[in-house]
Amino acid sequence: MANKPSAKKAPGNSSAPSTTSDFEPIKAIKLRHPWRWLIATVITLYAAAFAWDAAVNRPVYDWATFGKYIFDKRISEAALVTLELTIASMVLAIVLGILLAVMRLSPNPIFQSVSWFYLWIFRGTPVYVQLVFWGLVASIYPSFSIGLPFMDAFVTFKAADVPLFWISVLGLGLNESAYMAEVVRAGILSVDRGQTEASRALGMSWFQSMQRVIIPQSMRIIIPPTGNEVISMLKTTSLVAAVPFSMDLYMRARDIAGPIFRPIPLLLVASAWYLLFTSILMVGQYYLEKRFARGTGFEQVRKVKPQEVKAGDAK
Amino acid sequence: MVRAEGVMKKFGQNLVLRDISLEVKRGEVLCLIGPSGSGKSTFLRCINHLEELSGGRLYVEGDLIGYREKNGKLYELKPKEADAQRRDIGMVFQRFNLFPHMTALENVIEAPIRVKKISKAEAISKGKELLTRVGLGDKFDSYPAHLSGGQQQRVAIARALAMSPNLMLFDEPTSALDPELVGEVLDVMKELAKTGMTMIVVTHEMGFAREVADTLVFMDGGVVVEAGDPKEVLSNPQHNRTKAFLSKVL
Repeated sequence: MANKPSAKKAPGNSSAPSTTSDFEPIKAIKLRHPWRWLIATVITLYAAAFAWDAAVNRPVYDWATFGKYIFDKRISEAALVTLELTIASMVLAIVLGILLAVMRLSPNPIFQSVSWFYLWIFRGTPVYVQLVFWGLVASIYPSFSIGLPFMDAFVTFKAADVPLFWISVLGLGLNESAYMAEVVRAGILSVDRGQTEASRALGMSWFQSMQRVIIPQSMRIIIPPTGNEVISMLKTTSLVAAVPFSMDLYMRARDIAGPIFRPIPLLLVASAWYLLFTSILMVGQYYLEKRFARGTGFEQVRKVKPQEVKAGDAK
Repeated sequence: MVRAEGVMKKFGQNLVLRDISLEVKRGEVLCLIGPSGSGKSTFLRCINHLEELSGGRLYVEGDLIGYREKNGKLYELKPKEADAQRRDIGMVFQRFNLFPHMTALENVIEAPIRVKKISKAEAISKGKELLTRVGLGDKFDSYPAHLSGGQQQRVAIARALAMSPNLMLFDEPTSALDPELVGEVLDVMKELAKTGMTMIVVTHEMGFAREVADTLVFMDGGVVVEAGDPKEVLSNPQHNRTKAFLSKVL
């Protein structure tokens, strides 16, 4: 009477070790956490009281005005501008940041110094000051020409003709690239030295080894802080008033609030939009991280066929 | 095929290799043994210029490694020329160093496509053939993290072979493996030796050295203490240092 006829096959536990004998899952009474329940209840009550108070007792929040402007066309247009500013600046910052990081780590001393100097300037001064500076650049350099020495310029344009939007992108992107360079450099340095050696031993050049082997692996380290930088950039765009560029979300909300003397509901409107965008960005980051976790063993449970694990040699 | 003349290597003040001279002929298998820190791996890494020499000369197929010699003066090679020299020398590392973000097959075809510029289709068919040859015909699409150590090292060997090297360097290829996985890697290496590949193997596997090597070199303290036929050296070591070492590992 030793073995009970437990023909139960532990329904759907694919993670269990594949034994042929009968498998009895552990049945234990879960540890209780009364304090967690108590504290959660208290916090919920306080939060509910705060929300009730904000909805009923605080006329300054002015939820009617909030409701009126949250989907106002001017606001949603400005939100789009903020999004465009963020994307354009980050694209510039990431491209330039990778370039700066690779330069910093290259064997070439000139590249190293140039990259170091760039970081020194752009990381060493406040972004607000830099934005004001870019706004004034037209008064120092009225026109820009692109060409070769002793030849007519290919392109010449007046600094004053450049739209303020692009000046803002330039200011934000150049500043951010200094930070992105450090993020990328940390990612590259995190890759095992053996990877460089293996790729060099195969005859790959320094550049090929960076491009094909090192940078793709460093992405796993680079993405989380980059997500951080994108979210940070979304909010930093509210400083472009310094350029002065006033079509972005924050400035538009202030411009609307001014004449109607309702600053608080419009700040809430702007905040709601910022929060919406950061939430979307967080979702995007999650999927990017999954994509670059390939082959690291950190990826979410991949579809590994059972026999693939069992077959072949011991693991 | 490989000729070392008075090779020296310094790391700071630390003289790791002092005056290594030896020669490996085409098709020969040379095993390097010795205690850790004796300079075996450093010497191996000098052969494909992963380390720069501090003194002496190293020739592979008559070409001076890392430099060009003209009128008694040495000129550093351009990066491109140095890369080209490495191309024909395959290397297998103790810790495999597979590219973890690529599947087994992608690991094998990467360098042929990027460096040798052969077509992708050709690289794939050759890569599959090589992986099958090392017994991994069913693992083309597995990532290294899903392979055992022995399987990973066999992929690494296939990856090195994909560049059709004239010379293969093995840097303690089985030292990071579970004992029961050592055999499968050594078998692949034995097969390779039978095909006439010139091989230099740093190893602690005395059985392998006895069976496969044409020459066994015992190194200690950055010098070659004893060299010769492996059966001779292993069963009848001449030098006291060799005797002491072998008495501990055999």
